Amino acid sequence: MTEKSDLPQGTLDLLILKVVALGPVHGYAIAQRLQQVSRDVVQVPQGSLYPALHRLENRGLLAADWRDTETGREAKFYRLTRKGRTQLESEAASWERLTEAVGLILGMSEGVAQ
Amino acid sequence: MTWWQRARALAPRRRSKLEEQLEKELRFHLDQHAADLIAQGHAPEEARRQAKLDLGGAEQVKERCRDARGTRWLEDLWQDFRYAARTLRQQPGSTAVSALTLALGIGASTAIFSAVNPILFEPLPYPDAGRIMMIWDTFEGARNDLTFHTYRELAARSSSFDALAVMEAWQPTMSGTAQPERFDGQSVSAGYFRALAVAPARGRDFLPADDRFRGPHVTILSDALWRRRFGGDNAIVGRQITLDGDLYTVIGVMPRGFDNVLAPSAELWAPMQYDAGNVTNYESAEWGHHLHMIGRLRPGVGIEQARRELNTIAASPVPEFPRAHWAALPHGLIVNSLQGEITRGVRPVLLAVIGAVMLVLLIASVNVTNLLLARGAQRRGEFSMRAALGAARPRLIRQLLTESLLLAVLGGAFGMIVARLGVDGLVALSPAGLPRVGAIAVNGAVFAFAFGVTALVGMAVGLIPALYASRGDLAAGIQQGSRRTAGGRQLTRRTLVVSEVALAIVLLVSAGLLYRSLERLFAVPPGFDAAHLLTMQVQYNGHRYDADSARHRFLAQALEAVRHVPGVASAAFTSLLPLSGDPNSTYGADFEDGRSYDAFRYVMTPGYCQAMGIALRRGRLLDEHDVAGSPQAVLISESLARSQFHGQDPVGRRMHVGGANGPWYTIVGMVGDVKQLSLADAGSQADAVYITPAQSWFADDAMSLVVRTRDDAAALAPAVRKAIWAVDKDQPIVRVATMDALLAASEAQRRFAMIVFEAFALVALVLAATGIYGVLSGNVSGRMREIGVRAALGASRADILALVVRQGMTLTALGVAIGLIGAAVATQAIVSLLFGVSRLDPLTYLGVIALLAGVSAIACWVPAWRAARVDPAITLRAE
Repeated sequence: MTEKSDLPQGTLDLLILKVVALGPVHGYAIAQRLQQVSRDVVQVPQGSLYPALHRLENRGLLAADWRDTETGREAKFYRLTRKGRTQLESEAASWERLTEAVGLILGMSEGVAQ
Repeated sequence: MTWWQRARALAPRRRSKLEEQLEKELRFHLDQHAADLIAQGHAPEEARRQAKLDLGGAEQVKERCRDARGTRWLEDLWQDFRYAARTLRQQPGSTAVSALTLALGIGASTAIFSAVNPILFEPLPYPDAGRIMMIWDTFEGARNDLTFHTYRELAARSSSFDALAVMEAWQPTMSGTAQPERFDGQSVSAGYFRALAVAPARGRDFLPADDRFRGPHVTILSDALWRRRFGGDNAIVGRQITLDGDLYTVIGVMPRGFDNVLAPSAELWAPMQYDAGNVTNYESAEWGHHLHMIGRLRPGVGIEQARRELNTIAASPVPEFPRAHWAALPHGLIVNSLQGEITRGVRPVLLAVIGAVMLVLLIASVNVTNLLLARGAQRRGEFSMRAALGAARPRLIRQLLTESLLLAVLGGAFGMIVARLGVDGLVALSPAGLPRVGAIAVNGAVFAFAFGVTALVGMAVGLIPALYASRGDLAAGIQQGSRRTAGGRQLTRRTLVVSEVALAIVLLVSAGLLYRSLERLFAVPPGFDAAHLLTMQVQYNGHRYDADSARHRFLAQALEAVRHVPGVASAAFTSLLPLSGDPNSTYGADFEDGRSYDAFRYVMTPGYCQAMGIALRRGRLLDEHDVAGSPQAVLISESLARSQFHGQDPVGRRMHVGGANGPWYTIVGMVGDVKQLSLADAGSQADAVYITPAQSWFADDAMSLVVRTRDDAAALAPAVRKAIWAVDKDQPIVRVATMDALLAASEAQRRFAMIVFEAFALVALVLAATGIYGVLSGNVSGRMREIGVRAALGASRADILALVVRQGMTLTALGVAIGLIGAAVATQAIVSLLFGVSRLDPLTYLGVIALLAGVSAIACWVPAWRAARVDPAITLRAE
């Protein structure tokens, strides 16, 4: 199992919320989507995906129901709740602030640091 | 998820549904992934393998999903609980013994807690009860009642109190109804109920205008009296009732829950109406020491501040408030909380009883710990297996703690039954002086206590066995059974048994010392012959007995009638009856040289000393010639004579009785000392004077009749009562009791402590014996093989018997040794309850050692006998 993940702590939740925000989706599709979008730069551990999904469902950020897929099999589809959307917005905003700040610090010239 | 949803997740059906869905979701993922891989050209087998690999172990993912559900601990708890219940059911015998043992411990401590809590720990049932103080005069360092004028001065000069009040006993007789009835009541100053901050539920409180000299006859009733005698009459306020021949107007009824801790038996109250103007007549009742005093502290005033203020007042007399020399407050005043004062007398007994019950609880817990340890040894294989299957150590410990908690809950449930019975028993046994008996009940606080004790005991008894069971090389456990690591466990079990024996010794010694004290006490000669003595109190009722002659005529006629009752040998009246709990009223005894003593004053009809069997030491007794008009004659007690005359003959000397301004009495005889207050009294408390009613210069309200009978004293009571009622049917007769019963009642507190200690000591003895038995039989079971080998090698039955018994008796001896040291220390707590016995009394200690040795020998014998009968052929083949 690929426990080691390059994802910073807590980022997986943010990514899942973002993917689910695009519309109801099942677990396997989320894994696929994350893989494609991140273009294999980020290693998304599949083993962590389901516990994370269940945790988010448990916290009321996601809701789930069972529906048929286009291939006619029944799968558990997740969607964002109102609470989840608020959470996504605030977490995305704070992520942007953080990356901006980190970017600024990394971009500093030696002189400015003095 | 809400709590409710989490709880629902616990339900088995819902849980299995969640599991099913989890399974389905993961299967879908794997299938989907595999299908995609196949579409990319992988072989089906390879695709499945890759999909599983990418996901990681399906079981581990599931486990982490379950954790994420947030109901994990609840699910585990439920599982633990069911498993624990099953385990306990599998061993019904051991479970029953453990649960009953815990029931005894928890039940006994809960019962004691419910009895002690309202007395020692709960605040008194009044608003801001902590602010109510009790104030005493001081005499030779001890508490003394106050005089009315002292109260008047303190009330006027102090500013620490919102309300101050004084009170004394009042026992009026109600007539005008079918049967006269005497009530216990209190005569109080107007501020009494305000000091307690309790107002009547109907009518009004006393006003200062009610409490003045020759004021109106008004009374307030208790709720109980109002319901019992007046049928809860709604128009009671304003109604008039006849008390002691006077008409009293009922002005109020106290609330139902009113708990009058200062006089629990009081059922009605009246203002005392002392004469505030009568200051310089020092012989008046206003200058007598006979009042209790309470005060409610002003908010913001501390007890220290009040104490300082009152003592400053005591030390600085002012002309407006002259003081009699006996009420000059030279040593200040004692100020203490009402709660402290009320519990002062019973605190040592109750603390000792609490200590005893703690020991019982401890022994019970140790016993069950031992049983669980033994069971843990048998289940070693099971724990090893569970550990091998992935149970972590905390999980195993939790499982075992759940078991012991469940056991404790079982014990607690049975314990509540024990507690209920125990509380009834304690109330029935409780000594007369125990305050707040009415508040003793199994209530919320008691349930909380029982719950707390149960939880604590559950954890305590489970912890050591749990640590053992989950410890060390579990894999070895599977292979080896219990043998390899049994050594440490055996040591722990033996240590526990030793401590059990030691604790039992402490209890047994205490019980033994109390028993010996009572034995010694009842061997103390009371100064009279208590056997075949019937007593009862008769009160003069109504104004027709205002004249002395009427009283004397009644006494003479009543005695005449009683003496004619078949079976009566002799009879007499006395104003003060020894050991009866009559108020501790002493009077001044002043001699010609000016020396003064406090002495009990017996006003008795001639023939009293003969009827009681009080010994005449010198001179003569009083007889029918000592009447009004003849020379005033007095008998004094030996102790008083010794103090005053130092061995010289007192006969012919003169003295005052009850105040130096009274007439002179000539001492005509000296009689033996009598125990008035208690059998434990020291010598100086026997100072007494005896005079006849005809020569007393003030009258007593009530007289006790003593009847010497030829046979059973109690059986004559109805006939004697009838004889008195034949003289005057309006005389209330109360406190009918044989002297033997009074004697027993006078030591009720010690008896109470002794009975409780004996019961607890018995429980401790049985538990210790079962503990020894349990360890030895566990040990014998574990050593069957060894014993078999010994037998095969030629050890005789006697050898093996001795082997096991020796082991058990070694444990006992060790426990006894430690227990004796413990007892020598712990008995300090009951020193105040002992009488005539050192707390290191060798006889008691030897007796306890012999008892414990005997009982533990029996406990050793059974497993030893089993060991001796081991057939080596069978044991060796079984291995």
